[in-house]
Amino acid sequence: MNALRVLTLDQVKPGDALPELAYDVTATTVVLGALASRDWRPMHHDKDFAQQRNGVRDIFMNTPNQAAWFERYVTDWTGPYGRLGRMQFRMKDSVFPGDRMLFRGEVKGVATDAAGCGWAELAVRVLVGEKVCTECNVRVALPVAPGDNPWARRGERWKPEA
Amino acid sequence: MSDANEIPAEVAAWIGQKRYEQEGEFDVERGYVATTCASVENGNPLFWDEKAAREITNGWIAPPTMLSVWFRPHFWAPDRSGAAQPLQVHFDLKEKLGLPEAVMTDDTITFRDPVRPGDRLRTWQVLRSVSPPKTTKLGTGRFWVIDVEYVNQHGHSVGTETYTGFGYRRAAQ
Repeated sequence: MNALRVLTLDQVKPGDALPELAYDVTATTVVLGALASRDWRPMHHDKDFAQQRNGVRDIFMNTPNQAAWFERYVTDWTGPYGRLGRMQFRMKDSVFPGDRMLFRGEVKGVATDAAGCGWAELAVRVLVGEKVCTECNVRVALPVAPGDNPWARRGERWKPEA
Repeated sequence: MSDANEIPAEVAAWIGQKRYEQEGEFDVERGYVATTCASVENGNPLFWDEKAAREITNGWIAPPTMLSVWFRPHFWAPDRSGAAQPLQVHFDLKEKLGLPEAVMTDDTITFRDPVRPGDRLRTWQVLRSVSPPKTTKLGTGRFWVIDVEYVNQHGHSVGTETYTGFGYRRAAQ
């Protein structure tokens, strides 16, 4: 096992930017993501259906797979000790084949709760060009120090609701 | 119904009611975890490196954002009558409100106990609200909010998902 990335709460402050992630979306990205999330609805794999029934230009990424993309983006930054508490998405526009998705994130707040769990609040966006397609507010637990492990928390010691 | 803005009584009665309690069709399994991670190029060692998973999460877990994945039925199954739909309340609303198209606009997921391969999860849905008629760039329809609760075989909550849907009729329809 290679050395694991361990981002601790003291390394994070409001205003910090997460590293950007750019990804060129193809029809395969959309279809693979839909099938990986077991979403068989035709607007995620059938272009004629998407155009004629949904009135959009092409098939588009489904919500559960976008959630998986957000998880990957956030945990690329935190490393494996980062534990998601809550994600809130707002889908504003669709992501289509041919689009370049650009993930950007910013730390909006840092706190330690009454149970001693460290939390970072993030605002993450997916942009295509200048257009914001999806916004996602993320509450992710981080170790407060080396040796702390948010995954060990259960019951009253795990409070994902802000 | 005397007023087109009114919600049908049958739909109003669903608000706050626990509906469609069901067990997943299959156990949580690592093959689908790998498929999902591959689809988004997620290299988190928790899903690929058994030693890391043992040390950090006390064994393999599934990505938290896969919660709803474990309840989407297979596209086909023998002896199934009618098409089973995930998030059935959403589809019931489309049908009962006469809105042929729908999209999800908001989705909040709260994650609790980790989900592990071998788990058999249970879920149910609760309709929270239905809006008055609204017109957006997609068409005219209604917004609705649905909570989906998820628990594991020990009865512990593994998460809650709250969806906002918009069911609509396109201007030309």
